[in-house]
Amino acid sequence: MKYAGLLVMPAGFFLAVAALVLFPAPGPRAAFVLCGVAVEILGLVVAVRGHMPAKGDSRP
Amino acid sequence: MIPTSIPVPANSDAYYGLALLLLLLAPLAIGGLALVNTGLGRSRSAAQAILGNLVVISVAVIAFALFGAAIAGNLPGTPGGAGHTFHAAGLPWNWIGSGSFLLSGFGAAPAPAQLALLFEMFGVAFAAIIPWGSGADRWRLAAGCAATAIVAGIVCPLVMHWVWGGGWLAGLGPNFSLGAGFIDPAGAATIHVVGGLSALALIWLLGPRAGKYPRTGISTAMPGHNAVYVLFGCLLSLVGWLAWNAAGAILWMSAPLAALPVVAVNTVLSATSALGATLAVTRYRFGKPDASLCANGWLAGLVTSSACAAVATPLESIFAGIVAGVITPLLVELLELALSIDDPSGAIAAHATAGLWGLIAVGFFAPKPGQLVAQLAGIAAILGLVLPLVSLLFALINRFVPFRVDPDGERMGMDLHELGGGAYPEFVIHRDESYR
Repeated sequence: MKYAGLLVMPAGFFLAVAALVLFPAPGPRAAFVLCGVAVEILGLVVAVRGHMPAKGDSRP
Repeated sequence: MIPTSIPVPANSDAYYGLALLLLLLAPLAIGGLALVNTGLGRSRSAAQAILGNLVVISVAVIAFALFGAAIAGNLPGTPGGAGHTFHAAGLPWNWIGSGSFLLSGFGAAPAPAQLALLFEMFGVAFAAIIPWGSGADRWRLAAGCAATAIVAGIVCPLVMHWVWGGGWLAGLGPNFSLGAGFIDPAGAATIHVVGGLSALALIWLLGPRAGKYPRTGISTAMPGHNAVYVLFGCLLSLVGWLAWNAAGAILWMSAPLAALPVVAVNTVLSATSALGATLAVTRYRFGKPDASLCANGWLAGLVTSSACAAVATPLESIFAGIVAGVITPLLVELLELALSIDDPSGAIAAHATAGLWGLIAVGFFAPKPGQLVAQLAGIAAILGLVLPLVSLLFALINRFVPFRVDPDGERMGMDLHELGGGAYPEFVIHRDESYR
């Protein structure tokens, strides 16, 4: 799960860069850059969830 | 907003002389953070913690001098002069510096390039000690050195080139009409977000301190061993931060001298309002103010000021500081209690999150249209690439130089295990159970 989340994060970066190149109009550009950041946050959440121990797990 | 009147001409010798003087004070911020890191750790690891700060700073500076400066790309020539560029969609993308290795040509470089390099050299040292505090009580010194060489020699300089070295983030203004391009005058992104994300990657690898999350019940409280170190470190940091923000405004925004008092006032306002907000939040949450969380709030305000101080008004700085001061204690609590992320120094909240907030706030405060999109694009680049990259590099290093100390060493304390002697030989050392 953690690695899946970390892999999703660069996808958000490429989405943001693609938005800069593909959308000259400010509205769609801002919306898609925001979507890129949202994808990264999603990846971060997945990575953090993957790090959390399952209930009942013992820790070092 | 920076005033437009220029009483002393920019680019004069006096202008750069002032920048040099400010840069000579800037390491006080690093010293302050080193004290905070040490005070928030446990007494049985205090000597290893403070020595580790010195060692990590040394490794960072040497790695930057050997090859990091080439990646940052400020030598030779003026800032922004040296970089590898590819063309896509009809636009240039300057993605990595092509400066000289081993600082060759440094003495003959023009004053702005020399000062820029000095600023970046201190910057990588600053970024390197941020994860050191998060790995307190369990991160081996040798592994810390190896990880620091990577962060300070590759990751930080790469981001510095994008932002300060004429890289593609700095070019968002001219190339995409997005405000003035990505604005980060004093290292909120290049130093603090990179350092904070490195801390997160490190904590994931290291795991929590022994006994932090018992099989049953909530997490064990492991308070810092010396609140005086922590709070004095905060005061020391303020002096360094004032110099850092003013030097950054001169070097990266060509701010006139008349703007520097505003930068200083904004820095102080951001820190103090953040402290006030954290004090109120912890008073409300726990019934009494919490000293270590207040220190984190203070630092979060300073980190926010790294992004905002050169572009915001005093009122906006107060607002930015209050938001940082509210977010920080809540996030520290969330990370520790709900997400099982054991971050003794609170670096993820105080550096990464406050830095990200400051960068977003710049998008709202800066006057040029498109600035918010430029800031979001920069955040997307740093968040989306740095955390996966650092996680990958740390995992690779961990295979060859194990990060975590063995259980016996952790039980004994890092001082005895790694240094053979403690920081406080006449003190009674508490066992883990005494914290419960």
